[in-house]
Amino acid sequence: MSEINGHILTVNDLKTYFQTEDGVVKAVDGITFDLARGETLGIVGESGSGKSVTNLSIMRLIPEPPGKIVNGDVVFDGIDVRALSIDDVRKIRGKRIAMIFQDPMTSLNPFLKISTQLMEVTQLHLNHTKEQAYKHAIKMLELVGIPDAENRVKSYPHEFSGGMRQRVMIAMALSCEPELLIADEPTTALDVTIQAQILELIKDLKARLGTSVILITHDLGVVAGMTEKIIVMYAGKVFEQSPTKELFSTPANPYTKGLLKSVPDPAHEAGTELYQIPGLPPDVAHLPPGCPFAPRCYRAEEICREQFPPFVEINPNHRSLCHFAEEVYAESVRESNEKKFINKQTEEIKIETNTI
Amino acid sequence: MMENLLSIQNLQVHFKIGGGLFKETKHVKAVDGVNLDIKKGETLGLVGESGCGKSTLGKAILRLTEPTGGQVFYNGKDLAHLSQTQMRDERKNLQMIFQDPYASLNPRMTVGQIIGEPLRTFGLGNGKSTEERVQELMETVGMSPRFIKRYPHEFSGGQRQRIGIARALAVDPEFIVADEPISALDVSIQAQIMNLMERLQAEKNLTYLFISHDLRAIRHVSDRVAVMYLGKIVELADAKEVYREPLMPYTKALISAVPVPDPQIEANRKRIILKGDVPSPINPPVGCNFHTRCPYMIEACKTIEPPLMEIKPNHFAACIRISPEQPHIEQVAPKDAPGLHYLNSVGTQISDEQITQSDKF
Repeated sequence: MSEINGHILTVNDLKTYFQTEDGVVKAVDGITFDLARGETLGIVGESGSGKSVTNLSIMRLIPEPPGKIVNGDVVFDGIDVRALSIDDVRKIRGKRIAMIFQDPMTSLNPFLKISTQLMEVTQLHLNHTKEQAYKHAIKMLELVGIPDAENRVKSYPHEFSGGMRQRVMIAMALSCEPELLIADEPTTALDVTIQAQILELIKDLKARLGTSVILITHDLGVVAGMTEKIIVMYAGKVFEQSPTKELFSTPANPYTKGLLKSVPDPAHEAGTELYQIPGLPPDVAHLPPGCPFAPRCYRAEEICREQFPPFVEINPNHRSLCHFAEEVYAESVRESNEKKFINKQTEEIKIETNTI
Repeated sequence: MMENLLSIQNLQVHFKIGGGLFKETKHVKAVDGVNLDIKKGETLGLVGESGCGKSTLGKAILRLTEPTGGQVFYNGKDLAHLSQTQMRDERKNLQMIFQDPYASLNPRMTVGQIIGEPLRTFGLGNGKSTEERVQELMETVGMSPRFIKRYPHEFSGGQRQRIGIARALAVDPEFIVADEPISALDVSIQAQIMNLMERLQAEKNLTYLFISHDLRAIRHVSDRVAVMYLGKIVELADAKEVYREPLMPYTKALISAVPVPDPQIEANRKRIILKGDVPSPINPPVGCNFHTRCPYMIEACKTIEPPLMEIKPNHFAACIRISPEQPHIEQVAPKDAPGLHYLNSVGTQISDEQITQSDKF
């Protein structure tokens, strides 16, 4: 079995549970998606929604115990990742699937030179000699835009700024030209101007190397410009899954709608009250019986508190976990049409802000 | 015209680093000559990248970090030169909300003790009345008073930030420095805290200095915005104005870097990608601090330190390449510095000190 329909990664009904003193925490409870070559998927959610655990599961990096992948398939380029031995997983990890983490300081070894850390990857996976690996390390640093790479390669991580360290992480991740890059909040710890640099870099590298990317973030702004499709997670469940444009223009889930509305829009007047989702994210160890979002939802009815909602198919690419998905979707379509009308009138203003 | 609540004049916070018998002492100029008026009842947003000195400025106003120069006038008194005891009395009116709701609450105190502590410190009320006041404060910030005996670890980040806000409100302050109050919180909780702060401002006629690196949040809560870069204010204007028509190349880049949650806008947007990182404040670039990253840099920028000029009514910027006649840097002729002509015409001499900017220390 080679690639399924040209997909580099297929995840089917993945469930990862953690055994805790508080009982079983269903950190990821049924996630299904596929990723084509060269495609970028965004996974959005608040802390504790399960977005990072999803990706650690794909990489087989879940600490066991207390964690365990209890169900589902992860197929990477025809390989059943769950069935692999740890040695075989290691051959894929870092070589064909690479990962960038949020905090570049804790992800680099402070005692080792950048060169050593970069060389390690290619010596291990590509059987590079020391010399080859050293040259390759310099080449990679140049690729990610570190000036004076020949000298900087001899530095230690603390001699780099946060943005530069993240570049080093990306250089390391891309050393073996992976087919899949998983970026877990790659810019959350960085300033906006540096964030713009890093996102631009990932976009550029993706276009040049054809890498597939999974981008995990809590920032809807970041995924808007970077991804082709998006998964919105809440309390370990996939709440909505859709192509990016459609998710932003016509969301079919009250949670997604709330998230979109609670981001301050530069076009809005200051002083107007910002939309807020009431209440707090749930304790994943003690989820209510019905829909986990029901206590905070504007649309919730009796049924939401009693029955777990269905994963409704709006169209073949767009699904939403909600008892009223179709109604919410119709409402979004209506609002979107109204907005388009207003937008036409204010087009000129928008062009002005775009040129800023 | 709103009256000024606080007037900050030439405020400096320089930290000494290194030094020793034969070593040269260096200074980190975290805040380097800031002039800023904060008007009564407004929210002044202070925005900048990490390391630009925005938090230090906030702390220096409240003397949580000692300023090394300049004045902060409040009610006719210069806060920067009060004695510790006098300053303590003033803190009744000047409070702070901190960034990290996990580190800024004592884990061994109950919520009631935390919120009640300022009341005891300032001798406002005793036992019973303190407890009533604490309960009232908890309700004000949207928490149930039945949690009064609980400890901070039992609460989520957003709830803890509410506790921090209640503590700041306990003494009925006039002015609150909010240092990154929402950046540690989840998106859906950020909106709650911003709305809470705005509601409290309206109810209690508070004045905020809202410090954040989040330009979207700053835009939402602020009346005016000050942009800070390497210890200096580089642009200051009404919030709407700053976002609609930023004048400084740095502000333009900063605003263009903010991702917009709309794929269609994102697809057509041209970003100004700045080169490099914020330079170290230990050895800030001579001349204009920003010249090392500025796409519009000319030779003069390397030597002349630009003063904050009123380019448009109530819109200030510090750049020699723009002037009231030529506010748009894109339209300025190459190598021209209209700001310098303007300064000469109004009789402001660029001092030798500003030209060479030799290290005073």
